[in-house]
Amino acid sequence: MAREEAPPNLLDDRDPDYIRDTLPAAWLLATLWHRAEIRGLENIPDDGPVLLVGNHSGGNTSPDSFAFALAFASYFGVERRFYQLAHKLVMASPGIGAFLKKHGTIEASHANAEAALSAGAAVLVYPGGDWEVHRPSWQSGRVDFAGRTGFLKLAIRTGVPIVPVVSVGGQETLFVLTRGEALSKALGLHRFRLKVLPISLVIPWGVTVGDFIPRLPFPAKLTTQVLPPIDLHEKFGDDPDLDEAYDYVTTTMQSTLDALAGERRFPVLG
Amino acid sequence: MRLHDCVEIAAPRQQVWDFLSDADNHRLFMAGLTRWDVKTGPHLEKGSRIDMRMKVGSAPVGSLIEFVECDPPGDMAWTSVTGIDQRGRWRLRACGPDKTKVELRLAYQAPGGLLGWVVDQIGARDVRRNLHRSLKALKDQVEAESAPARAPRAG
Repeated sequence: MAREEAPPNLLDDRDPDYIRDTLPAAWLLATLWHRAEIRGLENIPDDGPVLLVGNHSGGNTSPDSFAFALAFASYFGVERRFYQLAHKLVMASPGIGAFLKKHGTIEASHANAEAALSAGAAVLVYPGGDWEVHRPSWQSGRVDFAGRTGFLKLAIRTGVPIVPVVSVGGQETLFVLTRGEALSKALGLHRFRLKVLPISLVIPWGVTVGDFIPRLPFPAKLTTQVLPPIDLHEKFGDDPDLDEAYDYVTTTMQSTLDALAGERRFPVLG
Repeated sequence: MRLHDCVEIAAPRQQVWDFLSDADNHRLFMAGLTRWDVKTGPHLEKGSRIDMRMKVGSAPVGSLIEFVECDPPGDMAWTSVTGIDQRGRWRLRACGPDKTKVELRLAYQAPGGLLGWVVDQIGARDVRRNLHRSLKALKDQVEAESAPARAPRAG
């Protein structure tokens, strides 16, 4: 099969001036509503391409993503090219897709990620995707990439370092009862790369099926820890074993998530 | 948003100036810094550039700053090149034998119009506290350094 190619204008929609102008709104939300705390930004190399690998939480609104994006833009400046990968359905959402594109969000695919890295950008990827972001709330302390190793192949192929970004609190911004895999399958949503159809308790709608309607996130405290870079070739040799690398990255992230979760005294309040 | 704070340091103006004009020393007393990358030589002079960030609320806020005025041993001023728009000034004035009044002025403006103004008002609490702590730490640092020099005279 022919290898998928990135659209030629893929990276053109990102607008640094627009990002700069929207930083205050993000700051207010992150500071006043989520009391967000982002640690370890100095672990991200100052320049050059880097693959930021995060655990994904909080449903489609993913508040820890925007809190991290705010911190990244503030720390490195909006001038540094920074792209985030998102599900194609999120990018296709009216209004939201255009907004996210200006912030540097691009549709998740290997070709797109590679194009952004080749351009020297920092790229944020959530390997767990919709599977992890809609995990039941009692699994909020679990890193769950569902065995996906695409991010490792990407880092190996492009030779860029992986920087793990571990967040806690995002999954407390809604209460996910179930992923709804069976429901998704029964409705044939897998054709749209949707393996889940979560059933959640949210404000102000109560119980919802799917995660498509705007909602008010619970004011959960968010804490994010950025870890030191991992050079897969340096760590695992010229031809890294994917299973070994996967275990290493996820175990490292899980132990960090355990430590962050251990700092929390109360759900939501932090 | 315009903020300023000052402190009186029991040390000669030249000594305070010498301490302040070493960019690496700022890590020792500036409160809330999350980034202080000196892009040019450590000796601060006109044209020196530093990438600085200070933790304000949930974000490391700051700019790449460039020193645009360096008038020893009295005034040192900077302005931002990228990042948050800001201007700042160290102002040193002798206020008695071996005493220096040090004033730190900072003016900044968040982007984003009205929301930026709101952020400035809310964030000023953190910035003001950091400036106050920084000046106190500066006083402690410089006076600790000058103590051995003054000790023989005291004895």
